[in-house]
Amino acid sequence: MKSESRLEKILSAGKFAVTAELGPPKSADTAVINKKAAYLKDVVDAVNVTDNQTAIVRMFIGAACSLIINLGLEPILQMVCRDRNRIAMQSDILGASALGIKNMLCLSGDHQKFGNHPQAKNVYDMDSVQLIGMVKKMRDEKKFFCGDEIKVEPRMFIGAAENPFGDPFEFRAVRLEKKINAGADFFQTQAVFDIDKFEKWMEMVRARGLHKKAYILAGVVPLKSAKAATYMKNEVAGIGMPDAVIERLQKAADAKEEGIKICVETIERVKKIEGISGVHIMAIEWESMVPAIAEKAGLLPRPGVN
Amino acid sequence: MIVAERKPMEELLQMTAPFGKILVAGCGACVTVCMAGGEKEVEVLSSLLLIERKKNGKELEARKHTVERQCEPEFIKDLDPRAEGVEMILSMACGVGVQYLAERYPKIPVYPALNTKFMGGPVQQGIWTEKCGGCGNCILSLTGGICPIARCSKSLLNGPCGGSENGKCEVDPKNIDCAWQLIFDRMKNLGKLEILAEIQPPKDWSYARDGGPRKIVREDAVL
Repeated sequence: MKSESRLEKILSAGKFAVTAELGPPKSADTAVINKKAAYLKDVVDAVNVTDNQTAIVRMFIGAACSLIINLGLEPILQMVCRDRNRIAMQSDILGASALGIKNMLCLSGDHQKFGNHPQAKNVYDMDSVQLIGMVKKMRDEKKFFCGDEIKVEPRMFIGAAENPFGDPFEFRAVRLEKKINAGADFFQTQAVFDIDKFEKWMEMVRARGLHKKAYILAGVVPLKSAKAATYMKNEVAGIGMPDAVIERLQKAADAKEEGIKICVETIERVKKIEGISGVHIMAIEWESMVPAIAEKAGLLPRPGVN
Repeated sequence: MIVAERKPMEELLQMTAPFGKILVAGCGACVTVCMAGGEKEVEVLSSLLLIERKKNGKELEARKHTVERQCEPEFIKDLDPRAEGVEMILSMACGVGVQYLAERYPKIPVYPALNTKFMGGPVQQGIWTEKCGGCGNCILSLTGGICPIARCSKSLLNGPCGGSENGKCEVDPKNIDCAWQLIFDRMKNLGKLEILAEIQPPKDWSYARDGGPRKIVREDAVL
């Protein structure tokens, strides 16, 4: 085992993993975390704690992760390259490990243009591929990026993201491979709405044998309304929202219920794809629906680990 | 070249308001080519300032002169007789030129009339884009002659990120091409896609501005 991570244990045991997302509050209020964590406890194997997602200031990821550990959940600390240079990143990784955090997801991060401080200067000292390599070096070689020795290394299960729906499509599997070569142990993909395209991407992934080198968790997002789906189609680049999904939500008597149904169907379909090791349920500000989705998709109860 | 753009008129009026006798100094290099601070722009700006002053009933003497390059002491000497007795100099050069003038005239305030934008060039008449980030350690051989540092919104060295769609960058799909799509297309045409499969290590930013203000000393050229 590369880490003491529960997620790693589940995946390496060949069990279908389930992760979800918990966005820290835009305040110092721990009650929000307690509430969201309660929905997710015993429903998922690990919980991604997002790092100032969409470049909106939120509670520090290390603190939010620590809080959910105390509530009995296993966090996946998301770290973006937008706000930290290599000095701050390594410092935060050491601190994260000291707090008992065993999983990381390495991301380039949403550009600050989309957030609430578009006037900010970004960092991008490193990109996500390079961050993955640095975490691996810290863990496996017990060395900082500069080569200095680390006496007690951070033992992280290293995650990365990939967007099968971004362009250029034919480069997406290659980029996944780059991240594997850099040191990624698992992937959580961008939300899957266009399952046919996702299957095509997975074909490319399997052709390179990448599904045997890293665990791939398919991302899913339950949609609340046709309006939300249309917004994503028009405003979020590389989302790949099929018109058929929007139409289904438009025609439905209860759009929220239909959104959950679509999400469950997506899970059932991706589960059958060779090389998919789990799902990552991103119920954005809708964490309360995760138990129902997991239940309906037959993902409960979650397996125990030793 | 260095591409610049004139500051908004309102800001320039405010800047010049306290002064009665000014020198509007143009530059014959980059900012002439990008139509921001050459002889013609000096004429236009001076006229606009005079018109505004007349409207307000206040006197303004605006001297005008454009030197070949404001970024070389040799050329700015030409401004000496015109600078004699002025209360401020409004430089229409890039930030480099403004600083050379400030150095030459310790007793005269020198203000910038332009916002210096980037190192780049024209796409077509009237449109310029950024091309070079001045990182101090060029990697264009690895990226098909397209700079991801200057042209990718996140300066990724192992791009593209998930926000590339139809060749455009999510930061501003109308105006920004995805540099990594351009790099991919170019490398594909060159039959060199295998280079993009290699991991580019983190950059040594000490060659860039991050290492402190930079200086080049060419022993063979020093007199």
